[in-house]
Amino acid sequence: MISFFQKVGANSLDNLGSVGRATFMLIGALVSKPTPIKSFPLLMKQIYMVGFLSLIIVVVSGLFIGMVLGLQGYTILVDFGAESSLGPLVALSLLRELGPVVTGLLFAGRAGSALTAEIGLMKATEQLSSLEMMAIDPLKRIIAPRFWAGVISMPLLATIFSAVGIIGGYLVGVKWLGVDDGSFWSIMQAAVDLEDIWNGLIKSIVFALVVTWIALYKGYDSIPTSEGISRATTETVVHSSLAILGFDFVLTAIMFGA
Amino acid sequence: MTSKRIEILVGAFVSLGIAAMVMLALQVADAGGAGNGETYILKAKFDNIGGLKVRSPVKVGGVVVGRVSSIELDPSDFSPVVSMEINQAYNQFPETSSLSILTAGLLGEQYLGLQPGFIDEDIEILAAGDMIEDTKSALVLEELIGQFLFSLKEDK
Repeated sequence: MISFFQKVGANSLDNLGSVGRATFMLIGALVSKPTPIKSFPLLMKQIYMVGFLSLIIVVVSGLFIGMVLGLQGYTILVDFGAESSLGPLVALSLLRELGPVVTGLLFAGRAGSALTAEIGLMKATEQLSSLEMMAIDPLKRIIAPRFWAGVISMPLLATIFSAVGIIGGYLVGVKWLGVDDGSFWSIMQAAVDLEDIWNGLIKSIVFALVVTWIALYKGYDSIPTSEGISRATTETVVHSSLAILGFDFVLTAIMFGA
Repeated sequence: MTSKRIEILVGAFVSLGIAAMVMLALQVADAGGAGNGETYILKAKFDNIGGLKVRSPVKVGGVVVGRVSSIELDPSDFSPVVSMEINQAYNQFPETSSLSILTAGLLGEQYLGLQPGFIDEDIEILAAGDMIEDTKSALVLEELIGQFLFSLKEDK
């Protein structure tokens, strides 16, 4: 019995400790006087690695998810003679939920795991310590540009995802299944508010913060062995996926619940 | 040289993101829309506005001429006052015009139908801030059903 409590206690302390270390890492990386000339090329490089290279997977999955939504929605809506409501169905589900969430999951798998592995390997090969030896703060040199790159890239990717998905729904619904072109767009425009786009954007920014933070921390805190890095990479994907889904519920409850 | 290539690709990525944003805002949400251009305000008092909302369209014969800009309750007699922004291109409505709250389809969105009245010599044209006197309230389905049931009982 006592050993059970001890186990629970040790686990909680461990978890609290890692939350604390993650917070110190983020503060150490972000709180500094800005040096735009020196850090801008680093940021560019990371936006390229994190954002641009994730573009293909985001566009392709966005297109297919939009097309599937169009197809599934059509088969049900046509029973009620309401196939002209396909536009708002596709647009709202993409903007409010699927855009930010699926992009977040893809981003965690595509970019988050890469960040963790990269930083974990830097740690294992003692590149981080070498930077410190040269009086360069690895938090500012390595962590900060990657963090900002994630926060900038992910909302852009989510927006592209939603836009491409709506085009996919349009292709299937209008071009293939024969929903009226005009009513597809006009009913969509009547149903979608700027607030929906805005809320989706807020969601994607929150997911970006969460995913990049988890990925960077897991890499930075990993045990510098091949096994430790592999575990850190797995944890990044699992934890950020769970965090995305959990935060999505909370944000949806705040935005649309009342 | 590689850094320049990266900068170009990142620039393309960011512009693609902004283009998607603009496409969503304009094509999907139709922001701006009838909102741009000069407008003037007309007001009307109703008994019951049903499901009318801010930004609901104001239509004349099916053509959108403006949108509801605000809905308030008149504190003196507790009846809702609806303000509408009407496009300045349509500023020739006579004061005999009537407003009614209509529903698009059986279960659709509610909108304001503006019925232009007759024009005579001593009839003035509605100007900004004027009140439309002749209004018809929303049809509330529950009330209709209630009246229907009530009339059924009386028949027996």
